[in-house]
Amino acid sequence: MQERAAGAGKSAPSAQITRERPAWRRSINVQELGILVIFLLWVIFLSLATDTFLTTRNVFNMLRAFSWIAIAAFGQCMVILTAGIDLSVGSNMALSGLAAAMLAVNNVPVPLAVLGGLVTGGLIGLINGLLVTRLRLPPFIATLGMLSIARGVTYGVTGGWPVRQLPPEFNQIGQLDIMVGSWPVPLPVIVMLVLAALVSLFLSRTVTGRHIYAVGGNEEAARVSGIKTQSVKLFVYVSCGVLAAIGGILMTARLGVAAPTAAEGYELDIIAAAVIGGVSLFGGEGTILGVLIGAALMQTIRTGLNLLGFPTYWQPAAIGAVILLAVTFDQWRKRRSRSVR
Amino acid sequence: MTATTATTPIVEMRNIKKSFGAVQALRGVDLTLMHNEVLGLVGDNAAGKSTLMKVLSGAYIPDEGEIYLEGKRVHITGPDDARRLGIEMVYQDFMLANNLDVAANIFLGREVVRWALGPIRVMDKRAMEIQSQQLLRRLNINVSSVRLKVEHLSGGQRQAVAIGRATAFNAKVIIMDEPTAALSVSAIGQVLDLIRELKAQGASIIIISHRLEDIHEVGDRVVVLRHGRKVADYPVTGDVQSFRERVVSYMVGARDDFSKVVAEED
Repeated sequence: MQERAAGAGKSAPSAQITRERPAWRRSINVQELGILVIFLLWVIFLSLATDTFLTTRNVFNMLRAFSWIAIAAFGQCMVILTAGIDLSVGSNMALSGLAAAMLAVNNVPVPLAVLGGLVTGGLIGLINGLLVTRLRLPPFIATLGMLSIARGVTYGVTGGWPVRQLPPEFNQIGQLDIMVGSWPVPLPVIVMLVLAALVSLFLSRTVTGRHIYAVGGNEEAARVSGIKTQSVKLFVYVSCGVLAAIGGILMTARLGVAAPTAAEGYELDIIAAAVIGGVSLFGGEGTILGVLIGAALMQTIRTGLNLLGFPTYWQPAAIGAVILLAVTFDQWRKRRSRSVR
Repeated sequence: MTATTATTPIVEMRNIKKSFGAVQALRGVDLTLMHNEVLGLVGDNAAGKSTLMKVLSGAYIPDEGEIYLEGKRVHITGPDDARRLGIEMVYQDFMLANNLDVAANIFLGREVVRWALGPIRVMDKRAMEIQSQQLLRRLNINVSSVRLKVEHLSGGQRQAVAIGRATAFNAKVIIMDEPTAALSVSAIGQVLDLIRELKAQGASIIIISHRLEDIHEVGDRVVVLRHGRKVADYPVTGDVQSFRERVVSYMVGARDDFSKVVAEED
């Protein structure tokens, strides 16, 4: 061991001071805050501009309508956090709902029918996950294929005809209102809130949750840290499949009919809800709270445009514009946070 | 104990050979690292230094040769094995998840679990934050909060966090692959200070570097590889200028201390 005092003094660490943001700023991320403000402004505007928006009936109708989109978006959020994407969620909702409905009309007890639907969704997710992790297909391609396959199966097994006359006990799942105080809260809304809490806690508090963020943030770093990145990915696709199935079953039970065309195009609403809520398509950024706000904003825009008399045929264009704005904002925020440091 | 640790190298690699197809990357390299030693490993591009360290860290499995850790023969078949044996790697590009905070990165892949229900393992964030804070303080690493996301840190701070992480779990050997290559001048100073601090606290370190002045500043001994063979192995002495000239003469093939050994083998 030698002494080289000459070298020791000359490289005094330059004072690198990085200021910590105050606690209130850290607790909610910038995009969530931005989107929450936009959401509240929009709600206030609609409440003033229309007589019908802020009625108990309309509020719960909206909540019910966006609950299954939000539930599927929780799963989508998990996938996007790993820098993946699942385009098959809409088809998955239709097929899982159909599976549960077909079991129910064939006198399978309702809990088992629901379980059948969940297993269907889980299997779709498992296949997606295997395509991505084993065959190394890009998630976009793998799940695009699955979008078509799952939709094709719903048409194939039904011959294009909807499955009707579902048992009332099955429809109850989607139609039952539970009295909370003096408010009749639809069951799907309660399911959504419970799942939001569970998935949110899972992502923020558990080891697997943290590994999901790590894989999206820097997959190579996660791998050399000993994280089984392929298992993490498989897990998020299966979870996404199961959550889409829950959404699909609730939707089918609410409508009381399993149509092969159900949930067509929902994948875009679901992805949009996640992205508007601040989930970065590049992976590693986003929260369930944000997704919930994103889904709520999507629904109030849809309902609001109706109430304001905005032409129905033009609505997709308006929604598309909102999505583009959200993604642009996300990019801008990313660039800014990079240049700040 | 002291007698054995003083004489038994902490790492001994014997006659390591590794080929990629027709290319012989390593042609029988011997390398030792003593306890509490900082070893500089240098060589031109494709000399085999990264390959040798990837063998030690489990990324490559050698075709031939033996590895001894504290005198015991070990078989390293993957990065997990190496980590379990106490061999940690620090990378040129930090290998941190920028979207996670400092504490999360230090404990990445080794999270402290508070309670578990089957596959659901709930983390003890508080414990990880406190331990991260203690680690950074012990190593004199200047980061204002362990809750800061890594993307808000400077390059030098990131590398300091990466090095801190490598030392956090009682590592026996720390391998640093070009730890200063991606850094600014002031950040290089920070990292070299940190390496000195680690040595003062008893760590055994191998540094791969193109920056010979770094090796001169913190290294105890230097090993030069050329075309997959060791051509020099001697203590770091003298001033920077003569040190650099001597190392370069080995790197370009003007000198070779081990050519006789090869001649005998052939």
